Amino acid sequence: MQKENQIPEIDSAGMLRFLWRQLTSMRTALILLLLLGVASVPGSLIPQRSQNPMSVREYFINDPTLAKWFDRFSLFDVYSSPWFSAIYILLFISLIGCVLPRSLEHLKLARALPPLTPKNLERMEFHKSWQGQGGEYESAKSWLNKNRFRVREFDGALSAEKGYLRETGNLLFHLSLVLILIGVSLGGLFGMKGAAIVNVGEKFINIPTSYDSLSYGKLFSDKSLPSFSIKVKDFVAKYNLITNAPEDYTLTVDTIESPGALPVNHIIKVNSPLSFGSTNLYLQANGYSPVVTVRDSNNQIVLQGPVPFLPQDANLTSIGAIKVPDSNPQLGFVASFLPTAARDKVRGGISSFPEALDPKLLFSVWKGDLGLDRGVPQSVYRLDTSKMEKIGLHSLQIGQTFTFPEGSITFDGVTPWVNLQIVRDPGKLYALLGGIAAIFGLLASLFTRRRRIWIRVNENGIVEVAGLAKNGAPGLENEISKLAEVLERVK
Amino acid sequence: MTHTSWAYVSNYFIYSAMAVYTLAFFAHAYETAWAVRAPESQAPTGGLLVKTFDFARTEKIARIATSFMILASILLFAGVVARGISAGRVPWGNMYEFSITGALSFAVAYLFALRKYDLRWLGLLVSIAVLLTLGTAITVLYRPSAPLVPALKSTWLVIHVSAAIISGGVFLLANVIAAAYLYLDAMEQRGERSAWAKRLPSLEVLDQLSYRLVAFVFPLWTFAVIAGAIWAEHAWGRYWGWDPKETWAFITWVGYAAYLHARVTVGWRGRKAAWLCLLAGSTFLFNYVYVNIWGTGKHTYSGL
Repeated sequence: MQKENQIPEIDSAGMLRFLWRQLTSMRTALILLLLLGVASVPGSLIPQRSQNPMSVREYFINDPTLAKWFDRFSLFDVYSSPWFSAIYILLFISLIGCVLPRSLEHLKLARALPPLTPKNLERMEFHKSWQGQGGEYESAKSWLNKNRFRVREFDGALSAEKGYLRETGNLLFHLSLVLILIGVSLGGLFGMKGAAIVNVGEKFINIPTSYDSLSYGKLFSDKSLPSFSIKVKDFVAKYNLITNAPEDYTLTVDTIESPGALPVNHIIKVNSPLSFGSTNLYLQANGYSPVVTVRDSNNQIVLQGPVPFLPQDANLTSIGAIKVPDSNPQLGFVASFLPTAARDKVRGGISSFPEALDPKLLFSVWKGDLGLDRGVPQSVYRLDTSKMEKIGLHSLQIGQTFTFPEGSITFDGVTPWVNLQIVRDPGKLYALLGGIAAIFGLLASLFTRRRRIWIRVNENGIVEVAGLAKNGAPGLENEISKLAEVLERVK
Repeated sequence: MTHTSWAYVSNYFIYSAMAVYTLAFFAHAYETAWAVRAPESQAPTGGLLVKTFDFARTEKIARIATSFMILASILLFAGVVARGISAGRVPWGNMYEFSITGALSFAVAYLFALRKYDLRWLGLLVSIAVLLTLGTAITVLYRPSAPLVPALKSTWLVIHVSAAIISGGVFLLANVIAAAYLYLDAMEQRGERSAWAKRLPSLEVLDQLSYRLVAFVFPLWTFAVIAGAIWAEHAWGRYWGWDPKETWAFITWVGYAAYLHARVTVGWRGRKAAWLCLLAGSTFLFNYVYVNIWGTGKHTYSGL
């Protein structure tokens, strides 16, 4: 601010005006548009934190130097990076700067009459003239009115124009892009997105601590989480026996909209989410939780229940960690779960079908310090074995027990889990409206032909017809011949 | 009939379509080659012998070629429909099915454009492109007919994918014409057009035609992207997530939007516009080939 004051005022204003004119020029807009396309490319080739945080982590492990440089240029968060934002913000400023003045001008033109008939009609793109028989003027007027041209009469000549809808559509299209941007920003500011893994038979209460991951918009408060709870009653997955591909997932839940309300039964499928106002609940993924009972050396139960495992492939070969912090010493199991156990020469134990037809739990047993008290966040699917000692290796089928000096583990059964994704996006309606309006605007602007037609009958009875098509719109030649035909038939 | 026998029927139709497209290709090739054989004739003004080109001689074979194209496209259509019946759904569940439908869309876009414009010369390129697509589809991309994965079970599959496939066919046609423009333009830069190319339309006509095709289909592509967003909101809980497929669809959209602006507002014509058209079209192909086969993300339905 200080510095700007030192420059003479006319200059800075002139400079600003210059910059504004540059920014809102079509050439700049075109460059920005192409730049936006180019800038979107890296995010589709380099893994993005918002979609695939695991791959980003792998990048950092495999090539830390490169990853650090990528990160410096926000290449793992392209679509929220400063440079990407700069491009689209400039583009939208340019767009608004271009479209608003044009909209005002177009509004003024709403009732305007076509421009006067030029003196030399033969200079026009299309031109015809012949010796008239009289009455052409009236019949031209009625033809133009019938074909819904705007007509202006002046000094024995008619000037007519049609196709104002082209500019209306054009402006509507660009303004609806702004509406889409507003919708996206509203979603970003006031929305929330979270996910939670829930075992079948368990309950999910919609409070922040129930989530495995939860992110808010900048202006979203904790208190806006609607107070519903969900009991996951049943989950059925059907798979194709030949291709092993999933065919159907059906999730049955009981929902309680607010504390004290009666539970209502609902079915959720992949393409039919459950809605609570503007909050939607989606079935996003599924897997298995082996149900285990761990006892210590005194045969006291130290852990019992389902432990969610993470699927690794399409046949739901899953890995997980069973952590028992309450035993002495602490126990841990690094485990794989195979819903339908099979052996592979390279990978060892794998699953050959996603349904739990022949479930098997493979694990190694560890004792020592689980490292849970160190305050460093840990993955629930992995065991930090740096301060532990391996004491056994075994595999179990349902109902079997493995006993080791520090205790025992029983594989009681298996229960499926579902990953619920809970999303609130108050901006999506605006984005949708913007999208629909954009299509209508496009149709109007690309399929409307704007053209002018002039007719003059001079004192000698010579009829002249001429036309001008804007943006090289096709078909005017035909239209003019048709008009000429009508006029020549006049007697 | 059972599902499997419908799948066989579909394959027979696809093979027959390929055979007839091959015939169409040869007919077009004959037409192109024969038109070069110029009989010498007396020029009307002087006594000099002037070389001219007798296109009337190839008119018959040209008509036969177009009839083959129509017949092959009908067979291909039957193949696509039979595939859908065998799977009990719309035939857009994996990349094999996308490819046969895409080839159909391209061939039909050509035949429709042929009704309005003199595009028969393009038949040679169209028939070979369709043949290559079908050949790749049935050898490399073929997958047994199977039900859809849950995420694809939605009415939006019909709406979103059909809009995308039709847009793809027309974009491809516009690109082939833009490429022809650039080729002929380079030829004219060096001097005169070669004999066989003389009957092709003028550069101006090609330029206009590829623009009109893009302008015609751009709203449909916009619709395909928006329909995809609505579906994504339904299935995945967000309408836009910069998934690689979405990103490249957006890049194609931006590319063609820039093309339309460059033409309508800045007044680009000819070579520059044709290059921009090709650039935008290549992002579409990249999206189809690269993202489907090697890409990551949520649009992994190629079945490969």
